[in-house]
Amino acid sequence: MLTMRDTFIEDIYRRMHIDENIFFVTADFGSPMLDYIRKAFPNNFINVGIAEQNLINVSTGLSLEGYTVYAYAIAPFMTMRAYEQIRINLSLQSQLREINVNLIGVGAGLSYDVSGPTHHCLEDISIIGTLPNIILFSPSDCALVQKFVDYSINVKKPKYIRLDGKSLPSIYNNLGDIKLENGFTEIKKGEDVCLISTGYMTHKAISVANILKNIDIDVGIVDVYILKPLNGDLLYEVINRYKYIITIEEAFINKNGLDNLISIILENKNSDIIIKRLGFKDSYTFTIGSRDHLHRLNNLSEEYIVESIKKISKEI
Amino acid sequence: MTTENNDFLEFLRRKAVLTRKETLKIHKIAQETRLASSLSCIEIFVTLYYGKMLAHNPSNIRWEKRDRFIISKGHGAISLYPILADLGYFDKEELCRVCYKESMLGSIPDCGISGIETINGSLGHGLGVACGMALALKRKKRNEKVFVLLGDGELYEGSVWEAIMFAGEHGLDNLLVIVDSNKVSMLDYCKNIIDLEPLDEKFRVFKWDTSIVDGHNICELYNILKILKCRTSGKPKVLIANTIKGKGVRSLETDSLSHIRNLKSEEIDKIISEMV
Repeated sequence: MLTMRDTFIEDIYRRMHIDENIFFVTADFGSPMLDYIRKAFPNNFINVGIAEQNLINVSTGLSLEGYTVYAYAIAPFMTMRAYEQIRINLSLQSQLREINVNLIGVGAGLSYDVSGPTHHCLEDISIIGTLPNIILFSPSDCALVQKFVDYSINVKKPKYIRLDGKSLPSIYNNLGDIKLENGFTEIKKGEDVCLISTGYMTHKAISVANILKNIDIDVGIVDVYILKPLNGDLLYEVINRYKYIITIEEAFINKNGLDNLISIILENKNSDIIIKRLGFKDSYTFTIGSRDHLHRLNNLSEEYIVESIKKISKEI
Repeated sequence: MTTENNDFLEFLRRKAVLTRKETLKIHKIAQETRLASSLSCIEIFVTLYYGKMLAHNPSNIRWEKRDRFIISKGHGAISLYPILADLGYFDKEELCRVCYKESMLGSIPDCGISGIETINGSLGHGLGVACGMALALKRKKRNEKVFVLLGDGELYEGSVWEAIMFAGEHGLDNLLVIVDSNKVSMLDYCKNIIDLEPLDEKFRVFKWDTSIVDGHNICELYNILKILKCRTSGKPKVLIANTIKGKGVRSLETDSLSHIRNLKSEEIDKIISEMV
């Protein structure tokens, strides 16, 4: 099973054979597939070293000269070490000049579970989402990533692509069925409760729904992958028939993450749907352990979510 | 030196005086502008533009064959406005409206202004972006050059050194950096904050080709820039221009806080009337 990054890089590698206008820049971060690019396209590849600020700046310069650029680094370091470079050179500048820089950040959420809080990436959706002119893509499986390759080349704007570090099972079987421009997919319709999630947590939402199905609770699942721009009207059409919405994310809650994106839609529509936000409280997790263990500590385990929904179902 | 050359240098000197006067006039109507920092780089701008060091085209601002010029010390660039207006990038009337409501020109230039390449204002970004441009031009086998104006105070930003390492390692000899070394940062002389000297040695150990010039001597500036623009030594080039912050205004030239000083209208009128 390929990781999302290798799937994405493999497709970029294929494109580089027919498109000499692609440039790949890394901040000394690798992947098995990247070795193919390094070897085959030394003229269109550069390693800036462990220097995320320069990664963004050099990528901007390449893009201003017409290249489609992929800038590759560990997600928390790219977004937070180089935040001002992203703000000035990509967010601000792309309002005045055409810039196609695709930031590929690997390690969304708790991908780097045992590395501790320096490597946990719980802020990226909030802080990148607040910057104008940047598209925020948060895929849950490799098919979405493959689908995004064309988009990354054709839509000439800065983008932040947050990828999970782990290999994940596939959710979408048929590439042709994915309507990328919608920004989300209703994976499953449910009765009263809908789970809305992004990235890795969509897999958790699916497991939770499967567990609940055995006890005759039928929940809906919506996987949101383009968090910005979020098609609020379209999303509301899908979710307005539910009584409860539960947002599930590996991010801080109440801080402009997925939960806020959804609550704003509900507020704008004067909706009386009740929203429950599952995610990280205002605290870092120093405890060492697997992703599942860290989820248990932060009320994101399958058991906790299942119990929450059972409780809600009784109230309805 | 031939008479023809002397005439040309005299022409450049006159342009420098004119630009200095125009810069003072801008500051008169826009007190938000950083005057002292804009006065130290006037001869550099004049030599680049009127000395025809930069290939550029006011009627086609993104002309493919233009040399790219990034003004990384954005706050100190209001002295470029009169030059760009004079060369036809925009109407000279705009100079009378700097920082006014809905004006095209603010206290810091951005790439929405005709003749300005990138967004500036926050320090430490220009050189890295210039490295990307220089790398792209090299990989595309193009001959255009990338010029960057850095402030010396800007060299305190760590991102500048990431870019300095990068440019040196990759031998970006189509990149020419001019440091407006006016010796004063915001609150004090650089030597009292963290001494940047010996600056040329620092660049040299990072594999750069270094030169030093009197940044107010048009003849020296012209001659060295002419040589450096064409030199392909396999190394990026830096020209450290020793300048005086607030050049031309005695009260600013001797003030460690000149960066944040404003001049009153009457003072400006007096200074302009006394300029030769």
